[in-house]
Amino acid sequence: MSQKLTREPEAAPGKPEPTPSPARPDPKRPGETVFRGFALGAGIAILAILAAVATFLLIQGSPALLADPAALTAKGYGPFLEWVLPYVFGTVWAAVLALAMAVPVAIGIALFISHYAPRRLAQPLGYVIDLLAAVPSVVFGLWGSLMLAPAVRPLFTWLNANLGFIPLFSGQVSGTGRTIFTAAIVLATMVLPIITSLCREVFLQTPKLHEEAALALGATRWEMVKMSVFPFARPGIIAAVMLGLGRALGETMAVTMVLSGGRNITFQILTSENPNSIAAQIAQNFPEAFGLKTNQLIAAGLVLFLITLVVNMIARWIVARRAAYSGAN
Amino acid sequence: MTTLSQTLASDALTSGRLPRFTVPVIAVASLLVGIAVASLFAGGNLALAAVLGFVLYLLAMETAARVVEGARQASDRRATTLVTGAFILALLPLGSVAWEAISKGIARFDLNYFTMSMRNIVGAGGGAVHAIYGTLYVTGLASLMSIPIGLLTAIYLSEYGRGNRLAKSITFFVDVMTGIPSIVAGLFAYALMGLLIGPGFKSGFSGSIALSVLMIPVVVRSSEEILRLVPNELREASYALGVPKWLTIVRIVVPTAISGLISGIILSIARVIGETAPLLIASGFTASLNNNPFDNPMMTLPVFVYDSYAHPGTDVQAYWDRAWTGALTLILIVMLLNLIGRLIARRFAPKIGR
Amino acid sequence: MRIKPIAAAALVTATALAFAGCAANEAPASGGSGSAGGAQTLTGVGSSAQKAAQEKWVADFQTANPNITVNYSPDGSGAGRSAFIAGAANFAGSDRAFKDDEMGAGKFAGCAADSNALNLPVYISPIAVVFNIDGVKELTLDPATLAGIFAGKITKWNDPAIAKTNPKASLPSAAITAVHRADDSGTTNNFTDTLNKTAPQIWTAAASDTFPADFGGEAATGTSGVIQAVSGGKNTIGYADESQAGDLGKASILVGGKALQPTAEAAAAILDHSQTVPGRDANDLAYALDRTSEGVYPAVLVSYAIVCQTYKDPAVGTLVKSYVGYMASAEGQQAAAQAAGAAPLSSGLQAKVKTALDSVK
Repeated sequence: MSQKLTREPEAAPGKPEPTPSPARPDPKRPGETVFRGFALGAGIAILAILAAVATFLLIQGSPALLADPAALTAKGYGPFLEWVLPYVFGTVWAAVLALAMAVPVAIGIALFISHYAPRRLAQPLGYVIDLLAAVPSVVFGLWGSLMLAPAVRPLFTWLNANLGFIPLFSGQVSGTGRTIFTAAIVLATMVLPIITSLCREVFLQTPKLHEEAALALGATRWEMVKMSVFPFARPGIIAAVMLGLGRALGETMAVTMVLSGGRNITFQILTSENPNSIAAQIAQNFPEAFGLKTNQLIAAGLVLFLITLVVNMIARWIVARRAAYSGAN
Repeated sequence: MTTLSQTLASDALTSGRLPRFTVPVIAVASLLVGIAVASLFAGGNLALAAVLGFVLYLLAMETAARVVEGARQASDRRATTLVTGAFILALLPLGSVAWEAISKGIARFDLNYFTMSMRNIVGAGGGAVHAIYGTLYVTGLASLMSIPIGLLTAIYLSEYGRGNRLAKSITFFVDVMTGIPSIVAGLFAYALMGLLIGPGFKSGFSGSIALSVLMIPVVVRSSEEILRLVPNELREASYALGVPKWLTIVRIVVPTAISGLISGIILSIARVIGETAPLLIASGFTASLNNNPFDNPMMTLPVFVYDSYAHPGTDVQAYWDRAWTGALTLILIVMLLNLIGRLIARRFAPKIGR
Repeated sequence: MRIKPIAAAALVTATALAFAGCAANEAPASGGSGSAGGAQTLTGVGSSAQKAAQEKWVADFQTANPNITVNYSPDGSGAGRSAFIAGAANFAGSDRAFKDDEMGAGKFAGCAADSNALNLPVYISPIAVVFNIDGVKELTLDPATLAGIFAGKITKWNDPAIAKTNPKASLPSAAITAVHRADDSGTTNNFTDTLNKTAPQIWTAAASDTFPADFGGEAATGTSGVIQAVSGGKNTIGYADESQAGDLGKASILVGGKALQPTAEAAAAILDHSQTVPGRDANDLAYALDRTSEGVYPAVLVSYAIVCQTYKDPAVGTLVKSYVGYMASAEGQQAAAQAAGAAPLSSGLQAKVKTALDSVK
């Protein structure tokens, strides 16, 4: 229903209409060629930078990947894959927990600002949420470990006592509250403004006519949102979530300061022993790393790189399947 | 119909609607019940009271709306409650963080802090002027590199490259770039400068390179998304008037999207201005002011904050006070940037829509 | 032409920044930019444990030599050693000396081709076992119990092994949360070495920068993180540099029947009871710590300054000699004790470091 209401005749998915003829670079217009050249150059520059980073990671990480596992074990950090696996799990698990908390709230906030708050208040309120993005991660780290961890400990004890039969909440509750759940709350707070900001912009761009048509048909505000705003904004929401995910996967300092990270793979989120994240693992151990250990940590960075690659491929695939409804265009 | 709705239905327009005072009345009532229950059974735990109050409000409104207004209105009211609740929920950490930073940072928020560096200062006293300048230099240079590259790439992706293979791969790899861990960016910049200039070369500029690697994908990603939202009708109208494409982009597309673009750029600056790990590696560490971002180590605020927190001397409080004031300063700088960005956006944004 | 006011504002801001680029406590010429005539910069990279002491040393040294800027980057010992090998640091601060296979003439880019490195102890600090237990002010542990707690084998505070050495304390029957360093660190290395040497049958893992993951427990980043986790949690115990312990209770360790607190004197004694690593240059003062001598507090961190025997650039050699010389002098050691809570080197060791430095070119 909602789809039909808002969908206009569109180019087929994945095959956008050819741009109108004035767009063709015109030899008589040097401005056009130059501008297009700059834009293209910038894009290629990005590819070059990324290639440089990847090359750097490969060159610096390869000694650890190619080294004899026995030599690595002798140095006390084990074969690479076995060593990195818990951190891969921790990275993804913390990010998933964080997004599970952040995405619904972020969409709610964005909606509140774009469609629910009184018009006059909307902009200042958006500004208030953006302030969260202004807080540096070091401060979130301080806040998480000093304020949040002690504050949520009673909640953890309660969850463990009353809902301990759910595997998520089982195990020996941490004595300090510095668990992966706390880290995920901090991460969620950090990605919240990123997701909110983009969602808000996208929601605000919903064609007025669509909204008014829905309202004129007698839809309530919520039905209008479901029928005209969400379908229009879906690709934007996914893009926003991906941006948030990128931040959550790569966030270093806050996780480093909040999480009590170990090497065990577990779904229990209230205990002292949590899987550490790759980024935190690198940041924590790089200063003291020496020789082969340095290479191993950089190889872990390469793994994080690959994780983002895979996650993004999946997201692209989802967008492509749903796709091509990119609103105004 | 129920008697309640009949008595309230003084005229046709408001029939079947809850009277306006319902919302505040139910809200206050559920909050009071929440507080009462919490103080009776959990020793007056405020968080518990708030959660209980919210759940009660949700249930009471649902019942009231369902009885009087019907299912569709009830779900509309539920959505309103949840959406508003989400907003209030987000204010909690914000308020908590802000309170922490202000109450702890105000102790050293004095003139000395903004006029002195840490050169030859041990224990109490001193300031962060070297770190503040460092942050401005490093972030400024990073922005100078990232914003043009990022914005132009976004323009290429949304205006020129529509769906061609290069654009697709750029989009994809930009996404991948968002996943570069910040410390890896720092290592990359350090190794790159080592290769170009000499081993161990640390400077503000090396830090800017590291930050650019982190910043560019954020700029591209948000700008591209915003540019795509500019209605095609505007572009077509411009072409119809014979305006060349590049002028259309510069004069029509970008100004239409300027508010979103700037908000994205500010977010990207906020994203990198608080980075610690890459700057510690690439820009190094010094207690003195350095006004040349192209040579010698340069201190930055996040590094200063982290270092003061992590490696205090025996007078721990003095170091932690400085750390909190540094954090507060950092927040204020980003707020200021935000404000400037918004002013610029308001100035350039065409007066259409909301 | 709407752009004009904004552009003007930006210009004004930029110029204001450019001209205001000064700090009230710095002489205009002595900034770190190195542009002033005769200004010299000395770069050290390394141990974050030395940071507080280095800060004091740098301040004193720069006050005495206003034309010199010393930048000590507390990136970490490993980073310091790497930077020293690459020639990026004029000297390294390291929580361990170079090992035998890492030493060798010509391996260090900043040194002359035939020059080896010298490891000089400059910073000694006791590692305190800190605890936060309801109603317990003093705690005495024998090494085996200490190892048992951190290995996860003793899990309750009222365990008989703990009660035995603390007859007067009212120990709760609460679970022990043992906090260790999440990051690799010299502190962990020295602490695990202590456990391994004093209770080898319980602490089976060798000394390592990384806390052994098999033993479990809670992890926290950095000394500050450990202190915070211990003081913020309940019934916690951890280990950290003594100078950072603050108000937390510090456990005494039973050595040969005597309960020793982590004091500067007890810590400094360890080098007098230890031998230098055999087979090295007479001036290389890398120590193999003996943690089992009587009357010596065993958990001690010894941190080194690593310098070249001969620098490629003699000017750098002179600078390093005078700066590291100040660090190891009686005056410098006293300053570090005051600012960082370090244990001063004994005067005998000060003399040895001085002799070694005199040979540096």
